This record gives sequence, structure tokens and C-alpha cells, in this order.
Amino acid sequence: MFTETEISKRKRQTENVMRIFFLVMTSLMILPLLLIIGYLLYKALPVLSLEFLFTNPKDNMRAGGLWAPFLGTIYLVVVSLFVSAPIGIFAAVYLNEYARESWFTRITNLAVVNLAGVPSIVHALFGVGAFVLFAGLGESILAASLTLAIMTLPVIIASTTEALKAVPMSFREACWNLGATRWQTIRRIVIPNSISGILTGVILQVSRAAGETAPIMFTGAVFYKNITEGNLFAYNITEQCMALSLHLFTISTQVPDVTEGIPYGTAVVLVGSVLLVNAASIVLRVYLRTRKKW
Amino acid sequence: MNSQTTPTNYSIETENLSLWYGDFQALIDVNVKIPDGQITSLIGPSGCGKTTLLRCFNRVNERYGNVTTKGKIEILGKNIYDADVSLPELRKSVGMVFQRPNPLPISVYDNILFGLRIHSPVRSITQAESDQIVEEALTSVFLWEDLKDKLKVRATSLQLEQQQKLCIARLLPLKPRIILMDEPCSALDTKGTFAVEELMEVLAGTYTFLIVTHNMAQARRVSKECIYMFLGELIEHGETQALFETPQHPKTADYVQMRYG
Repeated sequence: MFTETEISKRKRQTENVMRIFFLVMTSLMILPLLLIIGYLLYKALPVLSLEFLFTNPKDNMRAGGLWAPFLGTIYLVVVSLFVSAPIGIFAAVYLNEYARESWFTRITNLAVVNLAGVPSIVHALFGVGAFVLFAGLGESILAASLTLAIMTLPVIIASTTEALKAVPMSFREACWNLGATRWQTIRRIVIPNSISGILTGVILQVSRAAGETAPIMFTGAVFYKNITEGNLFAYNITEQCMALSLHLFTISTQVPDVTEGIPYGTAVVLVGSVLLVNAASIVLRVYLRTRKKW
Repeated sequence: MNSQTTPTNYSIETENLSLWYGDFQALIDVNVKIPDGQITSLIGPSGCGKTTLLRCFNRVNERYGNVTTKGKIEILGKNIYDADVSLPELRKSVGMVFQRPNPLPISVYDNILFGLRIHSPVRSITQAESDQIVEEALTSVFLWEDLKDKLKVRATSLQLEQQQKLCIARLLPLKPRIILMDEPCSALDTKGTFAVEELMEVLAGTYTFLIVTHNMAQARRVSKECIYMFLGELIEHGETQALFETPQHPKTADYVQMRYG
């Protein structure tokens, strides 16, 4: 009784094959990531130090550190965050909580989805036309950040929508039936219960913007700029700045005889900062989650 | 409520009430009078418009997309489609209890005060008043003894029966006149069902109850009058006992006898 038949044997074998197949696919996904990070770290090890982070590039960028491009990237990301986060979050709240199903919301949602798929070089050209030339901002941190903001807006709207949709409809119904206005419902129930999702979404999208090169190279990032080392306020947002992504491109392709570890070190700092920010967003989410249960 | 309307013994009156969701007509010429201070039940097969009718009475239907309403609805003698009707004020007077208990994800204490707070200026309620309101509301639904030491507990972590009683309790500080209930016991076990029914019977008189139910035994147990709806139409409305024992309309007979035959 209960012994294996031909059919159950075949089933068992298929089961094993499929499990291994999926495992292999998963490894294929993880392996390149580990190899990239491992290889970068190995190559970058000779140059990595705190000094590398806090000194400017020297000798026509053949030596020295990353201070100017590192600070530039922080400026670009933070300024674009201040523009895209409020607009994106409030737009998503409107679309989810106020707007009724209509041609307007359908077109807006379609636009959001399509904007998210526009290549970054197209955003770059838009940035040149709209911010650098038309708005007269010139090539500056402001123009570059606005371009980045335009690029991240649709994905922020999408991630915020996701977070808002995760709040059960029954909470909203409870509020409405007690006579709460939409704003009271949003302010007292919807936002407190979705803020962790909203913030982590915003942070993830913005950290992706840190690695972008195309949108900033025509709108505000320069190959080289000398700034005061260690001064966090060394840049002025109406002026141009260096950026990690563009710096990496420059020293890898445009400058001969760069000290070997420096491009790898630059890549490690870029990837490391993004990972650090993402890790911080996970910590933030875990912290905010502990306050919500249903 | 304006004062020129004549006093009436009916809490809710509708005249040729029709409602469409897009092109689909969910209510067809409903004329109904719900008497003051007693329990009226609303029965009928799924999709017959019971819940839709219920949601008309605090105009919350309008929050669910493409809804068109025609006809007249008077609540406590006031046409709720008059231009001077404020929806928050209407919903203060006409409370709603749902199929699944839906306490808000805040403490028991804050749930009770939620309604009052959204209708009052910021910080206009003192701590002593709040404490008293919470105690009164919880006492009215027989929860005070169980929950007096758990006021800071998140309401969503209570037992379902307690959650549903809390959902009734949180209406009370707003001093509603009418409480609409949409299958309030369908998520509860037998004990919870009886507890909620008992509570309704105690509170009837102070409040007018209109309860949608799929449980015909419940309709017979709790309600004085009963309404049978079918495919958006009101088929029969009468004393509960009469409606079940000597239904006037063949459709009503089919429905009540199918279950009791």
C-alpha cells in the first residue's frame, strides 16, 4: 500500500527538475550582482579610504579623490527630491482619493505610465529646452535637478499610488459614513497608514536618479570643477557641479593614464551610496511598520 | 433640519426613488416609509438592491463612482437632496454599521471619539469630557466592563464581536437618529449575533434601525416591520410576522417559503 506508481514517480521527477530549474534561474539573477560588487571592491581596494571621499580630483583627474563629484551628486539628488516628492505625492493623493473615474483621470494615468517609460536622454533634451534655455536657468544644479525631478515624478506617483491602494477601502468607508470629508479621511487615516510605503517608494526612486548620467550632462553637470574640500555648502545651485556618474564616465573614457583603482573606487562609492540609501529606506519602513497593524 | 416641516412618525420616506450605476438600474421606483424608533429589516436575494437602498439614506452612494439618483428621500422630514443639506451633518444623524466590522486602525478610545473630533473644532473637547463620552458609549453597548482596561489597545486587534459593538458605539457620541446596518452579523458567530441583536433591541426606541439581513430568522427575531426587495423593486412591506406568515405577494411567498417551506 502507498507504494510509488509509475505516475507518482513521474510526478516526483518532474517536481525535482522544476525546482532545480527555478533555483538555477534565481542564481543566474544573483550571480552577476555578486560578481559585479566583488570585482569592483577587489579592484577598488587600493584607493578606498575616507581621504578618497573627502579630497578633490587632482592632476587633471588622474589622481586624488571624489569630493567634488560626490557632493555634486548629493546636491542633485536632494534638490530634485524637494521638487519631485511633494508634487508626486500630492498628485498621487489627488488621483487616488479625490478624482473620480473619468477621461481626465484615465489620460493622466496613461501619461504617468508612459512618462515612466521615456528614455532618460529624452528627458535630458527636454531639460535643456525647458529649464536651461526657456526658463533661463542656464546649465546649473537647479536645471539638472529639475530634469531629474521630471524623470522621477511618474515613478513616484506610481509607488505612492501603490502605497495608498494598500490601505483597505473599509477604513475610508468608515470615515465617510461618520461624516468625515475626504481631507479628514486622508489626513487622519489614509496618510498615517501609508506613509511608510510612500516614503520608501520616494527614497528608492530618488536613489535611482543618483546614477543617471544623461539627464544631467547637458543640463548642469561638468567634467571638472574645483571646490573647497570638506565644505558641505561648496556648491551654489545656480552654478554647475560635478557628479559621480559623469565623473566615472569621464575618467573611464576621456582621460588617459588614470590611476588604476580610481574608476573602480568611483563606481563603488556610487553603488555604495545607492545601497546605503536603500538600506536606510528599509530601516525606515520597518520602523514605521511597527506602528501599524490591522 | 428646518423647522417648517411637519412632525412625522416616519424617520425615512422615499418617493419614486430610482438609482442607476452607470446604465444599470439598481433601484426602481421605491416608495417606502420607515417608522420612527423601531427596527425594520430589509430582506431579499443577493443583488436585489438592499445595500444600495441603505446607502441612499446617508448619500454615501455618491462616493462610489458613477451613480445617478432620481426621486425624493426625506430623512426626519427633510429632503436630503435639498441644496442646503450638508453631507457631514446628514451622516452625523444617519450612522452606518457594516457587514465586516471596520473599526479604524487606532485605539478603542480614539475610535469612539473619531466621529466627534471630525465634527468639532480642534481641541474643543476636554480630557474629562472625552473620558465621559467614551465610558457612556461603551456602556451603552455593554463593552465598558470588557474594555475599560483596554482603551489604549488598537481596535483592530479586538475580537470580531467586540469590534462590531465598537462600530455601533462610535456612532453614539454623534447622537444619531437613525442607524443603518448592512448585514451586521454575517461575520459573527452565533453568540456574537445574539449579542448584537440584544443590543439593537435595547437601543431601539432611542434610535431607528434599518437592518439588511440575509438571515430570515434574524429578521423575524428582531424586526417589527419587514421589507422584501427583488431585482431593485420593493415587493412587499408590512409587519414582520404577517409578511412571513401571510405574504400578500406571490414573490414574497416564494422567497420566504423557499427557506421555511
